Amino acid sequence: MPTANLKVWRGDDSGDYQNYQVEYGHGEVVLDVIHKLQATQAGDLAVRWNCKAGKCGSCSAEINGHPRLQCMTRMEIFEEGEEIVIAPLKTYKLIRDLVTDVSVNFEKAKTIPFVDLEKPAPGDVRRMAQMDIDRVQEFHKCIECFICMDVCHVIRDHPDNMDKFVGPRYFVQLAMVAMHPLDQHPKREMVAYGFGLEYCNITKCCTEVCPEGIHITDNAIIPLKERRVDELYDPLRMIGRALFGKK
Amino acid sequence: MPEYETHEYDVLVIGAGGAGLRAAVEASSMGARTAVITKSLLGKAHTVMAEGGMAAAMGNVWPQDNWQVHFRDTMRGGKMLNNWRMAQIHAQEAPDRVYELEEWGALFDRTPDGRILQRDFGGHRYARLAHVGDRTGLEMIRILQQRGVHQGLDVFAECTINRLFKDSQGRIAGAIGYRRETGELLLFKAKAVVLATGGAGRIWEITSNSWEGTADGHALALYAGADMIDMECIQFHPTGMVWPLSVKGLLVTEGVRGDGGTLKNIDGKRFMFDYIPAMFAAETADNEPEADRWYNDKTVRRTPDLLPRDEVARAINSEVKAGRGTEHGGVFLDIASRRSPEYIRSRLPSMYHQFMQLAGVDITKEAFEVGPTMHYIMGGVRVEAEKQGTAVPGLYAAGEVSGGMHGGNRLGGNSLSDLVVFGRRAGMGAAEYALGLTSAPALDQADVDERAALMMKPLEGDGRENPYAIHTALRTLMQNKVGIIRTESELQEALVEIASLKERLTRVKAGGDTKYNPGWHLALDLEHMITVAEVVTRAAIERKESRGGHTRDDYPNPSPEFGKVNIVDRLGPNGVEVRQEPLPQMPPELAELFADGGDDAHG
Repeated sequence: MPTANLKVWRGDDSGDYQNYQVEYGHGEVVLDVIHKLQATQAGDLAVRWNCKAGKCGSCSAEINGHPRLQCMTRMEIFEEGEEIVIAPLKTYKLIRDLVTDVSVNFEKAKTIPFVDLEKPAPGDVRRMAQMDIDRVQEFHKCIECFICMDVCHVIRDHPDNMDKFVGPRYFVQLAMVAMHPLDQHPKREMVAYGFGLEYCNITKCCTEVCPEGIHITDNAIIPLKERRVDELYDPLRMIGRALFGKK
Repeated sequence: MPEYETHEYDVLVIGAGGAGLRAAVEASSMGARTAVITKSLLGKAHTVMAEGGMAAAMGNVWPQDNWQVHFRDTMRGGKMLNNWRMAQIHAQEAPDRVYELEEWGALFDRTPDGRILQRDFGGHRYARLAHVGDRTGLEMIRILQQRGVHQGLDVFAECTINRLFKDSQGRIAGAIGYRRETGELLLFKAKAVVLATGGAGRIWEITSNSWEGTADGHALALYAGADMIDMECIQFHPTGMVWPLSVKGLLVTEGVRGDGGTLKNIDGKRFMFDYIPAMFAAETADNEPEADRWYNDKTVRRTPDLLPRDEVARAINSEVKAGRGTEHGGVFLDIASRRSPEYIRSRLPSMYHQFMQLAGVDITKEAFEVGPTMHYIMGGVRVEAEKQGTAVPGLYAAGEVSGGMHGGNRLGGNSLSDLVVFGRRAGMGAAEYALGLTSAPALDQADVDERAALMMKPLEGDGRENPYAIHTALRTLMQNKVGIIRTESELQEALVEIASLKERLTRVKAGGDTKYNPGWHLALDLEHMITVAEVVTRAAIERKESRGGHTRDDYPNPSPEFGKVNIVDRLGPNGVEVRQEPLPQMPPELAELFADGGDDAHG
């Protein structure tokens, strides 16, 4: 069996990388190697994981500098003997080892409106065409791994923006509500200031790293930005508003 | 004396999967002060792994479908061990719960006329599963999570409950736990507790369950004095991945077969035609053309590939044993030769993804290896059917941790609907009870301090047992001796080995301190797992027949006598007590649905 040459972050902010050697077999992923390390050499190594199948988004880490799910990163992508650096997500406050404090996301979740759907016709159920929900279903694929948030320079490089900018994951959630074919929220409400849409300068880093392949920038953020322009900056509407008061 | 972070609630919901979240939403909407405890982050519960869909007789695809047909399928699939009243409530209420999720934002796949599409699954007479591609559980959890967040639920993420407490009258009074992140002790004073902790898969070696399936709720209920039923009935899902080793046990949705996939042995033979049990012979096709026609024509008999899971798992086991298995000890599941790549990718996107990324196999081009994996425990905390109350006043249970609903074997798709149907009812029951109490039951501080001291033990002392090693030993033991096929002698050996693991656990030592220390967490979970492993084993010894998810090599057939009883277990002063109790009897108008037979199990 080949041996992995690991460099794993241990401890909190004052911690450091530690080197470990762990054997691995065919088809194993980084999370398997971390579990072996835990069971044999480092019983208290802190790591989050649940499904080990890329469906729950718990085991995000920065592997050789790239944010990825440990459970979906096969050891075969590395050269034998190559040093593999496994670090916690940088954007969030470190708790210990590979575990960070992502609780800020749950505060952000509260700020996104909850759907408010039209009632079905009397005696009928709600009807929606598959074609109309295809694009919205894409947003429902999000597994909340927060990797998009980790790479977003708006918050990664400027932590002060954290409370002004909901971030890519929550733009996806905003889009999910705003583009639901039966949602009744006024469009202006969904693109208002407060979510921090204006901070995003569409560098598409989030889209590039999304393990679910959600087109975060093209399908969620840009359409929301376009709606904002339509709703708030349409010259005819601006004139209308100026003449007839606030609308 | 230890320090506690103390909280008071009317209703404490333990577990934040589908059942826990639905219970909490209900309890809180009734005005009860409600908290949800979750071992993981919010939204990561094992429910996200449910793939195929949510069974509900809405009749959108086949108008002939109705709750009676669903009820009958559920009872027959459960080999008639089910609590009939739970199966009835489930079949009647599931459609409302699907529409409720839609109201809250779930986007199920649609029929051409815009209604909710339904897919075929094992043991269901009609296409009945509302679904979102093959990630229906994720949809459910996300929608319930958002609903809960907007309803202002208090969520304690990454917290584990270790014991429940009762007052001097035997009523639920609270619970103790710890914050995984910091190790701080948490003390909850609560009038009612809803257990929604899910399953016990981590007791077995090959399982589709995540680390969370450590039987916590089963153990908490046992320690609190509640009864368990049907604990010997374990569902080995027929199709788990078998290769590479890294993903052994990982679930392959039954939707692959529902959408046209078929099982083949190493000779390319569709072997399920050789394993049609008498109980399902009248409705199962015995030839390939008829089986293949069934997908689009429900007037012919259904394909044996979609027999209930216990039948398919046993069949695969037999094929492999007879030397007709694949290189890695499975059989082939083939959809590539039967459906177009576009169809497969659109119907089964995450399966496509999962095999491509983890096994390097393109399921649109080749057949892939599958084999049984421990997936679900039918048995669980005994509850009454209406509001999910247990023998302990103030204690409720819903979802996988509860027993009765699925009898001896659960049909695919009946779990997601179970979660929300009975999650809601348990939340209602707990809130009504808690709001009806005039004063809060009092905790005994001495009990609390004693338990707190025991929780710290794995970090102290000079024990040398590694918690990971004990866990591995337990999983190997249960896989080999309390697995798919069981015999008296092996079950007795298992009891002896469980006793020795229990003894080793007294010397367990976790390195490090209390801050996010998985070794310590595992050491504490092990007590729960070992307790429940013993209950499963003793129940398996007691049921001297084969039925549903309990197959005995030494009693290979169902027995009419055992078909009339539940195996009931509880913790007495001298350990696990096992007894037989008669099944509840269904009223004549329901019994009529089985006039053509149903209680002859799989013989």
